[in-house]
Amino acid sequence: MSLISCQGISKIYKMGEVEIKALNNVSVEISKSQSISFIGPSGSGKTTMLNLFGVLDKPTSGTLKVIGTDISKLNYVERAKFRGEHLGFIFQNFNLIPVLTVYENVEYPLIMVKSIPPKERKEKVLSLLDAVGMLDQKDKLINQISGGQKQRVAIARSLTTDPKIVLADEPTANLDHESAYKVMSLMKRLSREIGTTFIFSTHDPKIVKEVDITYTIEDGVLVNREERNN
Amino acid sequence: MNNIIKIAFRNLYRQKRRSFLTMGIVAFGVLAVLLFSATAGSFKNFMISEITDSMLGHIQIHAKGYVSSLDNLPLDKTIKAKQIKEMEKILDEIPEIESYTYRILLGGMVSNYLESTSAKFSAIIPAKETKVAPLLEERLLKGEFLKKGEILLPEMITKGFDSKIGDDIVLVATNADGSVNGQPLKISGIMESVVGPTGKYGYIHFDDAKSILRMNETEISEVAIRLKNFNDLEKVNSILNEKLAAIKNKKDQPFFEIHTWEKLSPFYNIAKMIDMMSMFIKIILIGIVLVSIMNVMIMAVYERTKEIGAISAMGTLPSKIRLMFLFEGLFLGVFGSVIGVVASLIAIFIVNISNITVAFGRNSNILLQPEVSFSQIVMTALIVILVAIVAVLEPAFKASKLEPIEALRQN
Ligand SMILES: Nc1ncnc2c1ncn2[C@@H]1O[C@H](COP(=O)(O)OP(=O)(O)OP(=O)(O)O)[C@@H](O)[C@H]1O
Ligand SMILES: [Mg+2]
Repeated sequence: MSLISCQGISKIYKMGEVEIKALNNVSVEISKSQSISFIGPSGSGKTTMLNLFGVLDKPTSGTLKVIGTDISKLNYVERAKFRGEHLGFIFQNFNLIPVLTVYENVEYPLIMVKSIPPKERKEKVLSLLDAVGMLDQKDKLINQISGGQKQRVAIARSLTTDPKIVLADEPTANLDHESAYKVMSLMKRLSREIGTTFIFSTHDPKIVKEVDITYTIEDGVLVNREERNN
Repeated sequence: MNNIIKIAFRNLYRQKRRSFLTMGIVAFGVLAVLLFSATAGSFKNFMISEITDSMLGHIQIHAKGYVSSLDNLPLDKTIKAKQIKEMEKILDEIPEIESYTYRILLGGMVSNYLESTSAKFSAIIPAKETKVAPLLEERLLKGEFLKKGEILLPEMITKGFDSKIGDDIVLVATNADGSVNGQPLKISGIMESVVGPTGKYGYIHFDDAKSILRMNETEISEVAIRLKNFNDLEKVNSILNEKLAAIKNKKDQPFFEIHTWEKLSPFYNIAKMIDMMSMFIKIILIGIVLVSIMNVMIMAVYERTKEIGAISAMGTLPSKIRLMFLFEGLFLGVFGSVIGVVASLIAIFIVNISNITVAFGRNSNILLQPEVSFSQIVMTALIVILVAIVAVLEPAFKASKLEPIEALRQN
């Protein structure tokens, strides 16, 4: 079964009289255990695409199934539940909770979104912090660590609930090249180890080298699909 | 839940200055309310007990129409022996009543054989009177309390007469039938001047009044009642109204009229004004709490829009986001009231130890002893906390309804 099945979806933003067609009749199937990137120039529709896959938004037309569920049938609360249950998110500007420590940020989804027993929770958080190499920084507050470190914490946080899909909209855009490379290879490694599918968007062609499948998007249309065997 | 509380708490701490300022404003409001109601309450209670314990008693019973013609102290509107008997039966059956006494009120002339002046007198049964008005004896400036054949004169008259304790004077009064009668009495004590513009108000013995007024049978002008517990005032008032209504006069209307001290003393209006001012201050407090907490929470939601977008995207349910903000507002209210209560207790303590006195009417030094009851503290704190929750509702709902993609886009 494909994780994401999307048939002829369009997304139109209405700004007063003006209509902006952010996605135009896109069809794509994404199956398990791949890292997938959407690359394209600014304004091409990458964020729009990821918001739809992330059940944060609904398509204007077409059908979109995420993990077998037709998301256009879900209401606000059901979408929140669905995201908590099946999806992980990594944001361009990290969006960690500034009043919590590194450890508490990673723990957050396990308390507030999906609750598991304290002992298991602790093991899980520590092993993820270890996996992203942030174990020694676990008691620091967010403003005491670097951007690359923040994104590694965010990766750990996105994985705590064992999501089938992690969506990352330009996760490396705010990072220097070296940190960006480290974050990319970390995601790639984790996707292999854990079996989570990472879907992210980027402008940066160099980063694309790290992923299995790359879609090129231009003006809301998928124009190219490239598969690599790394 | 723990985590929600933890996050709410840390968010307050993140904006330390702002949070403390808001709590400070809330605390100041609580302080104003508690200090005012404690101080004004102490003054009010002092005055009420002065009035009821030294003169009026808590409740008075008269024959119908007496109070409206009180200025003339009419002797034809008295309670006669027959009604006294019926009434006693009823009074004795009400357990809330501590004691009651009878008075005959009369106007008359007193003369020291050289000069004379008019005055009003209350004829009392001393042993019973002091049970109903325990502070009456304290108004004695000189001499001793009343016995038969004696008279207590207000300071005003004895000064004018240049009389002293033990002197004889004559009291002359008009009887119910219009004839005049007089009797010599010995001055046993000098009283503080009290009611009315003239302050000429003295006391004689009940039996002497009967003989001056040539009453064959006992007739009384009023019954004064003291309750075991002042707070039963309304309850006993309504019991009396109900039971005494059964006793009718010749026109088949209720024979008696019943008044609580409130209807008999002009101070009641001042007491009511004090209560109203307390109320106003409470309303102002509610306004302060509402505005300051709402303001700070609207700001918090605005500042944290992106953060809310992120946790919402991650699947945090709206109800939990709402709770986070509700707890923040709640904490502002709770801590603000705790600080305010502590500050109030300290302030009240300071007022108590610094022996502040105020003057009111004939009382030139009323010692302010503010006192705040536990229930008052709890009520005030509860109001504040409740208002804090109301204030945070709108911002909290707004936060929980944010669309994650819109919120995340905000800079
Ligand atoms: N909420 C919105 N309202 C109106 N138009 C929008 C909205 N969001 C996106 N658009 C428009 O839709 C198009 C696609 O936007 P999108 O954000 O998906 O592009 P993007 O590929 O992510 O660009 P970037 O690389 O700059 O992030 C753009 O023309 C954009 O202006
Ligand atoms: Mg984008």
